[in-house]
Amino acid sequence: MTVLAEYVRTLNGKPVALADVPVVPMEVFRETLKEQLARTSSELSALFGVPVDSEGVRVYAVVSDGASSEITICATDVGQRYPALTPYITQAHWFERELAEQWGVVPEGHPWLKPIRFHRSYRHGQDAWGRVVGDRILPCVQPVGTDYFKVRGDEIHEVAVGPVHAGVIEPGHFRFQCHGEHVFTLEIELGYQHRGIERRLIGGPDKRTLHYMETLAGDTSIGHATAYSQLIEGLSGSEAPLRAQAIRVAALELERLANHTGDLGALAGDVGYLPTLSFCGRIRGDFLNATGLICGNRFGRGLIRPGGVAFDLDDAMTADLQKRLTAAHRDVTGAANLLWSSGSVMARFENTGQVSLETTKALGIIGMAGRASGNDRDVRRDVPSGYYRFAQIPVSTWHTGDAFARAYVRHLEIQRSCHYLLEHLPEVPGGKLRRDVGPIQADAIAVSLVEGWRGEICHVALTDSEGKFAHYKVIDPSFHNWIGLAMSLRDQQISDFPLCNKSFNLSYCGHDL
Amino acid sequence: MLKVITERIKQGYRTIPFPAGEMPQLPERYRGLPVIDSSKCPDGCAKCVEACPTDAITIDGDMKIDLGRCLFCTDCMDACPEGAIEYTPDFRLATSTREGLIIDGKAFELAQSIDEKSRRIFGRSLQLRQVSAGGCNGCEADINVLGTVVFDLGRFGIHIVASPRHADGLIVTGPVTQNMKLALEKTYAATPAPKFVIAVGACAISGGPFIDHDEQNNGCDSIVPVDMYIPGCPPHPLTILDGILRLLGRIEGNER
Repeated sequence: MTVLAEYVRTLNGKPVALADVPVVPMEVFRETLKEQLARTSSELSALFGVPVDSEGVRVYAVVSDGASSEITICATDVGQRYPALTPYITQAHWFERELAEQWGVVPEGHPWLKPIRFHRSYRHGQDAWGRVVGDRILPCVQPVGTDYFKVRGDEIHEVAVGPVHAGVIEPGHFRFQCHGEHVFTLEIELGYQHRGIERRLIGGPDKRTLHYMETLAGDTSIGHATAYSQLIEGLSGSEAPLRAQAIRVAALELERLANHTGDLGALAGDVGYLPTLSFCGRIRGDFLNATGLICGNRFGRGLIRPGGVAFDLDDAMTADLQKRLTAAHRDVTGAANLLWSSGSVMARFENTGQVSLETTKALGIIGMAGRASGNDRDVRRDVPSGYYRFAQIPVSTWHTGDAFARAYVRHLEIQRSCHYLLEHLPEVPGGKLRRDVGPIQADAIAVSLVEGWRGEICHVALTDSEGKFAHYKVIDPSFHNWIGLAMSLRDQQISDFPLCNKSFNLSYCGHDL
Repeated sequence: MLKVITERIKQGYRTIPFPAGEMPQLPERYRGLPVIDSSKCPDGCAKCVEACPTDAITIDGDMKIDLGRCLFCTDCMDACPEGAIEYTPDFRLATSTREGLIIDGKAFELAQSIDEKSRRIFGRSLQLRQVSAGGCNGCEADINVLGTVVFDLGRFGIHIVASPRHADGLIVTGPVTQNMKLALEKTYAATPAPKFVIAVGACAISGGPFIDHDEQNNGCDSIVPVDMYIPGCPPHPLTILDGILRLLGRIEGNER
């Protein structure tokens, strides 16, 4: 008897023929995933459904392994309902809610099956909650499928916040179950930013595709555009010139610096410490302006293109960047050090919103927030692509999992990104900026991973027989991490919510798509 | 405390004099108000029209660009064989009307201020409520920047407030997703009159990159009346500040 492989192996950005992805029975699929994810170096990067015919949905699972730098893909077919994976594989919980919402498939035995974005099922008439076509879907208040955690008893009360928040913030809805100041649970409901991007990517790439990538999450324009470009290059069997790869990494690190700096300032603001708030607000702008210097747009719009980059660095610009970065590095370090030496700040940061390593691993919390709980994962080192294969940036972790840890990991990453840029900007390799990308491989699947400033960005493309996107999946790091924010609020004070929220600073639009 | 003071001295004074003083210098590659030279267009050429991701360009005799749809990307420039479209460094882009955003390479009329009576009420104190209704959070980020020491919105008496009940107007961003439509309507209704609405960014004006998706409403002016349009994807913070100051009559005409 021939034993067939349960999954196919590939590398970051490298396509495999769709026919080579084994489609296994559900029990085998589940056991394979359980076994793979038992390794501490592995993580569930994607789990999503693709309709195969009018009857069924094929579920693909993508696992990335930091120890081998390999990506594995496996698949299984499900009908209207199937036994949920979440009871065995906790990190599948949000993915299965998405699967149910998009394709009307019911994962039976899912502990908390609710919509995540509040839109109609993509399969006409198939709805996981039995909602009727034509019924208005009201986000977060619609009765079917939108129960909330409830705590009952004397003096228990519920606090509801959002969708419109007090500052200049994206919309989302938060429900706290409280006893006085004490929070038992927080539940987060999103979907207000849902603008239907994934569905519009099918049939592409076309003239709007790249612009969708740059606006999946505006603060991660460079991260998502890089993940997409890498995917297109992989699918067309080409590679961006080395010079372009080095400029992409510089842009990614500038994006990280701007956001981390802004967050340190906002964290200071949330505990009422105004000096660092004021300083970092300005320094964040200095990093954004550095990106603006390279490509004309502070968020890096227009810089990253499939096949390379659209703007070059010249000697004068490199010298200017060096000068700006040296100054900004000094300023941000000075502003951050005020935090660590201020007792009133540390008293609020330490032990607030702790998330254990165990919870982090179980729920698949990744990126900077994961590293602050000791989850030693970083795509730049573990599953590297582009210029990160040649120039390494040390991974920063901390072990306490509290708001302090999430602030301090940002500080460490700021140091390392600044050192990297100051060292490597003058040594950007010569050569071309851009190469033509050839035709896209037909009937293939490819996975592209990039460490954005929040964490792992995962894009998966499936192509049809003509080399067009038959399916395109985007997983912003926020998709994994919103549950981390909910966990961090358990047994905290409700007044700690702004601090905990900012310590994760997750993307609503990156989640809602 | 000494550490804080020492650090404060090192960080320096950072507020820009704008709108007083010299025009702030934006990077050479910054893409502001486009200029069109239709005389360069060969007969029948529509390469820019085909390249534009949001169909912002039309050619009907002369070429026109709808800045309300424009993402200020380089796709049209890259496609044009004749260099008929160029971006200038002019960041002043706000208009009072939707039609005013459609440019044809001739004069571009910047936004007018509110009437004299409203100016007396709001000219030195304007409280705004921000509603984020879809989009990518880029416009929100660049509105937030106005609160930093660099732009210091507070020095003009302008603040972003935490309730529509405290507000004189709304700043709306995003294409208005179906899931945010009701929240925008309620926020508008909860703001006491007289009130303004400022639409910031391509999404809030036209739907931007998400034009014609079923999940959104192609911007906010079909839902609430808009008094000022500030285009861009996202607009530069200076573009937004210039717009708000024009609304209040604190910058007028072509004055810099």
